Amino acid sequence: MDEKRLDEIIEKYSYPAGRTLGVLREIQIQERHIPIDTLKLVSEKLDLPLSELFALVTFYSFFSLKPVGEHLITVCMGTPCHVKGAEKILETLEEHLGLSGEVQDGKYLQTTPDNKFTVEIARCFGACSMAPVLHVDGELYGYVTPERIPDILEMYGWKR
Amino acid sequence: MRIQTSEDLDSIRKKGLQKIQPGGIRIGVGTSSCGIAVGGMALYNLLDEIIQTKNLDISLVKTGCIGFCKEEPIVSVSIPGKALVLLRKVKPDDVERIISLALHGDVPSDRVLCTISDWDHITGNLVYGNEFDTFPEYGEIPFFAHQKKVILRDSGLINPEDIDEYIGIGGYFAAYKALTSMKPDAIIDEVKRSGLRGRGGAGFPAGLKWEITKKAPGEEKFIVCNADEGDPGAYMNRNEMESDPHMLLEGMLIGAYAMGVSEGLIYIRAEYPLAIERLMVALDQARTYGLLGKNIFNTGFDFDIRIATGAGAFVCGESTALAASIEGKTGRPRLRPPRLTEKGVFGKPTDLNNVETWCNVPVIIAKGALWYSSIGAKGNTGTKVFSLVGKVDNIGMVEVPLGTSLHSIIYDIGNGGALGKEVKAVQTGGPSGGCIPVRLFDTPVDFESLNQVGTMMGSGGLVVMDEDTNMVDIARYFINFASGESCGKCVPCREGLKHMLLILNRIVAGKGTRQDIELLRELAETVQKTSLCGLGQTAPNPVLTTMQYFKEEYDDLISPEA
Repeated sequence: MDEKRLDEIIEKYSYPAGRTLGVLREIQIQERHIPIDTLKLVSEKLDLPLSELFALVTFYSFFSLKPVGEHLITVCMGTPCHVKGAEKILETLEEHLGLSGEVQDGKYLQTTPDNKFTVEIARCFGACSMAPVLHVDGELYGYVTPERIPDILEMYGWKR
Repeated sequence: MRIQTSEDLDSIRKKGLQKIQPGGIRIGVGTSSCGIAVGGMALYNLLDEIIQTKNLDISLVKTGCIGFCKEEPIVSVSIPGKALVLLRKVKPDDVERIISLALHGDVPSDRVLCTISDWDHITGNLVYGNEFDTFPEYGEIPFFAHQKKVILRDSGLINPEDIDEYIGIGGYFAAYKALTSMKPDAIIDEVKRSGLRGRGGAGFPAGLKWEITKKAPGEEKFIVCNADEGDPGAYMNRNEMESDPHMLLEGMLIGAYAMGVSEGLIYIRAEYPLAIERLMVALDQARTYGLLGKNIFNTGFDFDIRIATGAGAFVCGESTALAASIEGKTGRPRLRPPRLTEKGVFGKPTDLNNVETWCNVPVIIAKGALWYSSIGAKGNTGTKVFSLVGKVDNIGMVEVPLGTSLHSIIYDIGNGGALGKEVKAVQTGGPSGGCIPVRLFDTPVDFESLNQVGTMMGSGGLVVMDEDTNMVDIARYFINFASGESCGKCVPCREGLKHMLLILNRIVAGKGTRQDIELLRELAETVQKTSLCGLGQTAPNPVLTTMQYFKEEYDDLISPEA
């Protein structure tokens, strides 16, 4: 993230309560991850030790230090989604995209080798009425079935 | 303009009413997150396009959610003099028809869910009309008939992005009354007498917490709204903020005045972008009208609210972790006392209440403690909003008086299991709660009764499980969740949950032994007794309750030779 854009974000957070997480949240949304160089800049500008910021981005699940692929798929693992088969949805995604399902550094985040898709999991979107649900690039899909997965993926350029 | 006098407020009320009942056709599209996900926004855009291109005299608005999630997208059509009609499962193909029929004073009958001839917003009453009596009335739909809407009284009927509509049905009149005619202590007294208890799950008397905060020494204090709704399976707060954000702001304004606090914060989870957006809009509108800022209602009282976002950590629902998170630290709980009311955000006395607790305040001031305490049960007054989800037929957002039985919620409102399956249990209280078997469905939903059966109220998620749900798997699911969300500060929670998970994995894989079950119970009790904060102390509940009520399912997974 270039410095000017970061300055614009920081400018919005003059009030101390909620500032640090607010700034990091906007970086995460715009860049879809937190680039380490940006984190260093934040450290300088907010006058916070880099170690402290590193602790934050690894503690809170909303942040990720790893870049993601072209399309980000987030599978909800909340209770209603779980009882309605979220695990099967995740497995089906892994199968179609050729992902291993392994968890690294305690965080489930996997990207296809062609960098087209990244799959992550979330604890709950609060869209429980349409369980099971998933997001693709922020777009919410409800009542998902394993059979519907290929159709959804195709909308984002995946080929059978 | 700034609202300073009751005349100012009255004139906005007229303007707002004019918007809700414009004297012409008004179409409302349910566009909270779930409505949007099933095509609500696409419907809105289609309707808008037709109305614009044909230059029709139809007022089109986004509304919040009326709660019957199963029937979304829901569109409301109001034709002057006729009952308001709710249309269910509306598709893009229906749009042309909805408009042309409305222009002829009619609605597509095959899409009608029900009609509303008049509506009690409690702070105001709206009369629509009696026509369309061949369709079922709102009160004839079982899903609605057994509910009592206090907190959700405006949801799905007004435009959450327009403060005028909230004022139109009597919004901010309670704040006006409080600030201009009541002493702060009288407000606290009113809230205490109403019996309002914290809706975040613990049920602490709200008025008492206000009093403690007020008496705490110090000039600078905070009031905070906990909107970090982290329980998987719970989305009441999201819906409340997306559908009626001003109710929350008004509640906080009244509370701030009562406690003499000028700084308010809403701590909201980053996973709720639409709720954040609507709150931002609401805050701007309230500031423009002078309902936040300096010298509110010309009383000399200053108050403003800011938003602080969370970032996905369940433990931040714990009060000290939440305060740390607002300060920009990792959300790790600390020992209490000191409580937040003594040493909270930035070390200042802080009153922390859940979204729904704040939402109860305007109606308590408007209608009085006596009116409020007549709803619900003794010691458990008022209503509670629940998200009724999982394997239940009528999925949705429901509001009932406290003390209503689980049976009534799951069968009368929820219509029992989905797809004709048998309901087996309901999970309340999220990862801190437990699973209650059908045979205990007579249990009234109140703070104490739920504790007695081993679970808790929590924030209000009710996840229904049916005959196909394996209860040991559910226990494992929650321990996996809690273990992942443990902040790692204290050993019982960090290590204990991890080992409980290992044992549960073994059992679910069919490799468990009798000894494993005993060890699991022992560990569960240890984690419960020795963890630092509520997360660890309550995390074993799903295991303990499933062991208590569904022991046979554990036994079934233990192979005989083991």
